[in-house]
Amino acid sequence: MFTPDGCCFVVPVQQYTLADEHGAVLRLQFLRNHFLLASINKFGQLHYQDVTMGEMIANYRTGLGRTDVMQVNPYNGVVGLGHSSGTVTMWKPTSPNPLVKMLCHHGPLTALAFHPNGHLMATAGMERKIKLWDLRKFEVFQTLPGHAKSLDFSQKGLLAASTGSFVQVLRDSSGSQNYDWYMRHSMAKGYQIRKVSFRPYEDVLGIGHSMGWSSILIPGSGEPNFDSWVANPYETPKQRREKEVRSLLDKLPPESIMLDPKKIGTVRPPRKKDKPTQKEREEEMEAAVAAVKNKEFKKKTKGRNKPSKRAKKKQEIVEIAKRPFVEQKMKDDEELSRKKRQRISQEEAELPKSLQRFVKKKTA
Amino acid sequence: MKVKLISRSTDEFTRERSQDLQRVFRNYDPNLRPQEKAVEYVRALNAAKLDKIFARPFIGAMDGHTDAISCMTKNPNYLKGVFSGSMDGDIRLWDIACRRTVCRFPGHQGPVKGLAASTDGRILVSCGHDCMVRLWNVPAPSILEFDDSSDDTPKPLVEYTGKYAYRGADHQWGGNLFATAGAQLDIWDHNRSQPVNSFEWGVDTVVSVRFNPGEPTLLATSGSDRSIAVYDLRMSTPVKKIIMQKVWGKLYSDRLDGVIPRVAMYTSLALSEFKLLSKVGKQQHTKTNAICWNPLEAVNFTAANEDCNCYSFDARKLSEAKCVHQDHVSAVMDIDYSPTGREFVTGSYDRTVRIFPFDGGHSREIYHTKRMQRVFCVKFSCDATYVISGSDDMNLRLWKAKASEQLGVLLPREQKKHEYHEAVKNRYKHLPEVKRIVRHRHLPKAVYKAKDLRRTMTEAERRRKERKRAHSGPSSVHEEPLRKRRIIKEIEKAEE
Repeated sequence: MFTPDGCCFVVPVQQYTLADEHGAVLRLQFLRNHFLLASINKFGQLHYQDVTMGEMIANYRTGLGRTDVMQVNPYNGVVGLGHSSGTVTMWKPTSPNPLVKMLCHHGPLTALAFHPNGHLMATAGMERKIKLWDLRKFEVFQTLPGHAKSLDFSQKGLLAASTGSFVQVLRDSSGSQNYDWYMRHSMAKGYQIRKVSFRPYEDVLGIGHSMGWSSILIPGSGEPNFDSWVANPYETPKQRREKEVRSLLDKLPPESIMLDPKKIGTVRPPRKKDKPTQKEREEEMEAAVAAVKNKEFKKKTKGRNKPSKRAKKKQEIVEIAKRPFVEQKMKDDEELSRKKRQRISQEEAELPKSLQRFVKKKTA
Repeated sequence: MKVKLISRSTDEFTRERSQDLQRVFRNYDPNLRPQEKAVEYVRALNAAKLDKIFARPFIGAMDGHTDAISCMTKNPNYLKGVFSGSMDGDIRLWDIACRRTVCRFPGHQGPVKGLAASTDGRILVSCGHDCMVRLWNVPAPSILEFDDSSDDTPKPLVEYTGKYAYRGADHQWGGNLFATAGAQLDIWDHNRSQPVNSFEWGVDTVVSVRFNPGEPTLLATSGSDRSIAVYDLRMSTPVKKIIMQKVWGKLYSDRLDGVIPRVAMYTSLALSEFKLLSKVGKQQHTKTNAICWNPLEAVNFTAANEDCNCYSFDARKLSEAKCVHQDHVSAVMDIDYSPTGREFVTGSYDRTVRIFPFDGGHSREIYHTKRMQRVFCVKFSCDATYVISGSDDMNLRLWKAKASEQLGVLLPREQKKHEYHEAVKNRYKHLPEVKRIVRHRHLPKAVYKAKDLRRTMTEAERRRKERKRAHSGPSSVHEEPLRKRRIIKEIEKAEE
């Protein structure tokens, strides 16, 4: 895997790793806008490391076992992980829980790929299925039969799938989210393909296999028009150096990774003011009671300082402290029962008379 | 069937000779630029921070006067020329590019209070407390370049003696007339020894006068009776005026100087309440110290008021201010519009210079240094790039109008970069982090505390009014906006 300036690359090796904190790394991904190196290790731990400062940003346990299926969504920088339970989880470095957890296959996942526009995800499972997902709705829109050890989307949206010594390329020829077979290629018998990857800005598919590395031509896979300010295949060393500085200045903070990156710079809708929960209310009441319970009383004159009177007085204060909470609760309960009665009467009215007695009397 | 494949030849995409520019190809496909908004936001944040780093507005001080600077005027015909008059009667012409005096005009005995230059830049008018009006020939710019130590001190062209001390002067735009303010408003001609016209309205002194840049016969004055009046020279009488409210305020000693206690204006009270307060309080005038017309919207003018605010008025409708500009914590002493008409600069008794947008309620910039004392006069330079302030400490100070602007010749690439930074900053200015950085200004401690105190007082006043309204009948308490509150009445001359 190459770092964005293209001059250095990182290889996960079991014996030697970039930093000891990552552990035995199974798969590495680089987030080029954030300068983050994401890794998944043997114990299913997801690490994020800032490569500019060498600082460990996050370390989360996925809790879903060992996996080496990992891919970054280029659209929003979210890391997708495919697990042996058939689930796909999506992660960001600022939350210990996955953003999305979706059951994609009935069996272990073997490969995962994201379309460059970020709205399409391809997954392959052990149960001989390749599924294409619409990430805006989190729905599968096409299921194709076939194994895939490795999947990759090209810049123009072609999907390469490899299994054994075969490579197949799928294409959305009609533009209506309907992928069908486009090209297929078989290597010499016995070559086991590990990884397929499209070359950006070229019509080339690179194939890594057990005997080395080969490349084949896939017409229409690469972006023909490059942008000099984004990626320039003909850039001079001076331009490269300048771009490196510029990209470091534009380094994004890890907080900017989110499912919908267009949310940045917009106004957040006002949150509904949430009511205190039952537990919180009880705690509040206990605190109020505890505050008055230990109150010292003034010594009264003889006869008015009896223990019974003092005990009574103490009880009284506690009652007074409790009162507002109890009243609030009564009010709330009343409101709830009123709503319930309303609902029941509404439902009853909708039903014929003979069925009205079956209306559930429980609250929703 | 022909199969098309991407194949690029290096010649098409690289330059031919090393002297050529590198070729640039653009593709605006959003898929090539993931997370564009986040990147833009980071750039906006960086631009805001860079702005703070490069904000060095102070260019230099020009010393030479031996007393506080009381008035200034710029030469409309020569960008580098600025005249300044001081309290000891000294008048100097400065070259602000070299920051030195090029010429002195001796003659006045008391403080020089009014300076004005004719539009062609040849005649300088000065007047002061010594009851004299002097006209001077301004040396031509070509002489200024060579004239180092001026031994031949210029003599005044003419001298006219008046009956009273003068407080201000202004020259007509593109004409031969000039006006002086004093016990009355006098209109003079260059060639006449007596005023061609005199206006008197009320008994109080006229403090400042300013000709309209669009309509040469129109002028606005402010008086020490808290009035602002508009005159038309085609008529023999004034047109209209407004009188602003007297305000009663609690006296608090101004920690800025510790010598002269200033009055903090905060509330208007009924007469009975005044009697109560008069023991501890002092009358505070909402006198207007200076007036400046907006050069591009010549019907509008802004008045620098003693009550710390500036009021923008439409000369056709004086019953209500168009905008109240508030940020100063002490009397605003002088005001001058940028030639673009989009912003103006004010100098204040609180030792700060502020720049306001012409339609904004708060300043966009505050300038101060430890050594700058009370600011008595400010001017925007004729190219809208610099601000000049004259203060009590006998110095003229030169500031940049945009604190972080890069001066000098800019390469097109630099220009583009600045424009881009400005654009992204503008796009994300409402986001909290960017806003915080852009808005932050370091204030001198005294100003900071005074501002805090003022805020407390206005807040208390607001609460008091709110309670009053809550406890009185519906619609019996009428709350006027600040734009109207200070104005007692508008008087048309015809009504009197």
